[in-house]
Amino acid sequence: MTVESTAAARKPRRASKRTSAAKTPQSSEPQLVQLLTPEGERVEHPDYSIDLSADELRGLYRDMVLTRRFDAEATALQRQGELGLWASLLGQEAAQIGSGRALRDDDYVFPTYREHGVAWCRGVDPTNLLGMFRGVNHGGWDPTTNNFHLYTIVIGSQTLHATGYAMGVAKDGADSAVVAYFGDGASSQGDVAEAFTFSAVYNAPVVFFCQNNQWAISEPTERQTRVPLYQRAQGYGFPGVRVDGNDVLACLAVTRSALERARRGEGPTLVEAFTYRMGAHTTSDDPTKYRADDERAAWEAKDPILRLRTYLEKEKLADEAFFTELETESETLGKRVREVVRAMPDPEPISLFEHGYADGNSLVDEERAQFAAYQASFADSAEEGK
Amino acid sequence: MAVEKMSIAKALNESLRLALETDPKVLIMGEDVGKLGGVFRITDGLQKDFGEDRVIDTPLAESGIVGTAIGLALRGYRPIVEIQFDGFVFPAYDQIVTQLAKMHARALGKIKLPVVVRIPYGGGIGAVEHHSESPEALFAHVAGLKVVSPSNASDAYWMMQQAVQSDDPIIFFEPKRRYWDKGEVDTESIPGPLHKAVRVREGSDLTLVAYGPMVKVCLEAAAAAQEEGKSVEVLDLRSMSPIDFDAIQTSVEKTGRLVVVHEAPVFYGSGAEIAARITERSFYHLEAPVLRVGGYHVPYPPARLEDEYLPGLDRVLDAVDRSLAY
Repeated sequence: MTVESTAAARKPRRASKRTSAAKTPQSSEPQLVQLLTPEGERVEHPDYSIDLSADELRGLYRDMVLTRRFDAEATALQRQGELGLWASLLGQEAAQIGSGRALRDDDYVFPTYREHGVAWCRGVDPTNLLGMFRGVNHGGWDPTTNNFHLYTIVIGSQTLHATGYAMGVAKDGADSAVVAYFGDGASSQGDVAEAFTFSAVYNAPVVFFCQNNQWAISEPTERQTRVPLYQRAQGYGFPGVRVDGNDVLACLAVTRSALERARRGEGPTLVEAFTYRMGAHTTSDDPTKYRADDERAAWEAKDPILRLRTYLEKEKLADEAFFTELETESETLGKRVREVVRAMPDPEPISLFEHGYADGNSLVDEERAQFAAYQASFADSAEEGK
Repeated sequence: MAVEKMSIAKALNESLRLALETDPKVLIMGEDVGKLGGVFRITDGLQKDFGEDRVIDTPLAESGIVGTAIGLALRGYRPIVEIQFDGFVFPAYDQIVTQLAKMHARALGKIKLPVVVRIPYGGGIGAVEHHSESPEALFAHVAGLKVVSPSNASDAYWMMQQAVQSDDPIIFFEPKRRYWDKGEVDTESIPGPLHKAVRVREGSDLTLVAYGPMVKVCLEAAAAAQEEGKSVEVLDLRSMSPIDFDAIQTSVEKTGRLVVVHEAPVFYGSGAEIAARITERSFYHLEAPVLRVGGYHVPYPPARLEDEYLPGLDRVLDAVDRSLAY
């Protein structure tokens, strides 16, 4: 006789409760924090609440729609050969807008290369994000203008930068907080583990915002972890929470709470935003080779924008004019992005030698002079040819 | 008193102390740098005087140390990071190469990364594996980094000051087997720019170029050669990136002969780069091919074999003779 059955024999059976629990779908899956269901129903959560005005709700909707429109334009520009590559955020708008709108101006963000929605929330001009994908620079914006660090391509590296920055915030006695964005694939990187260790040991005011979009290019999350990612935090001694990453309200509430915790000096939090990468990893990828169509269809039903629209319409928080106006605004944004990208000039050849060093470098000076002389030699031969 | 005799270790300690005193944004980070003062005691007493907030004992994770130092630099701090031994830098190599070296350029110059990575390097101390390597070429090859190494107490003191003031990331290689060598340090007068070579012995027949732990060997070799009537000039390179090719060129165009000496393997080493550049610059002045003396293309050997691996007085003199025989 097993221990379990002994215990069961001593206790009243409470059969009805057991039956109802068994009927709950995915009862073994961890609970998601959710405030807006895929059907657009507002639900309450015991630990996280949110009370937004109609204006704020429309604002979140607008952010998500414009971000998606920008993203679609960038994908199109890649297809037209104007960009070399694009990493689409399609499907992850709620995770990015929800967390991005939780931030204060003095907070600091360390993104991956897919945080176009967070960049939008920080006030970064979306066209600034496109230079690196066109190949005219490697980023090039001043991170201190919007407290939005440069896109980091090496997976997980930025989580350590965020932790170090947060250690500095704490040293300064400021009550700002830092957010490190990363994904399910990055969770396997040593740097992420070290960032968890350092942030915990120094009690750094950092929020680790993991967008688990289920796929690291072709590898499913099961190839990265055997426990739900948010549970990793426990081993490092700080809280982890899983939020419905397609629910903008829940993402906002959970991130706000984690940021407040950081501001109070209580240290890091891991937020796992459970979401889905609707598109390819990048425009160079072909997801039909590794994932089934029905998976995408299932996630389409949980679309982050659609559910907020349903809610806004049902509760009469936005009228037809709002949606029409937003559509016009979207098209204007798309047009502007298109024009700016197409007009983006190639850098001057001699600019190769700029910005390698802050204090200059004699070797670079020598190579620059050689390069300039070499370039000039073509001008000479052109002259001679006349 | 401005001039004081002290060991390289003490000079580094005094220089770090001065940096902490001068700029409240300077931080020291690393494994065991606090109470213990580092395994070589270079940071001895600094945590006691400047507190745990500025002299920071870190978790045992090199990538984490450099990665968080980058974040602190972005916040306005000037971290000086200690990697405990040369062979332990590789977990941090990714952060150094992909982030520290490139972030300034990534931002088109809009941010600066004033981080110093201190690495005790080189052999000759009878250590176990991973404690005796000379990986400077692996860093010099990376654009965005600057790589330096002092050979004496005065340079240890002043080059550290200059490294801390640099707005570029500096990989600062410390010749660990020379830590206890003493020399005079004038704490009131800066000897010269960080990336300039210094002629430490004048001669007319041949030029020896070395840096860090090999400068002493080359000076001894030059003295021995003098007894045989050969006049050898010795340049202390001090900076492996950028390299002061002008100083080497000037010397070689006088002597006509060049031998480069380092502990690191000669294959793809800094000697190869110097040989190529000087051949281009001073081809018609050379009386002999540029020769190199250094480590072999084998993993750093066990301690009982390191005297065979490391360039010593005799191997340097052998190269001097071979060059003069042309």
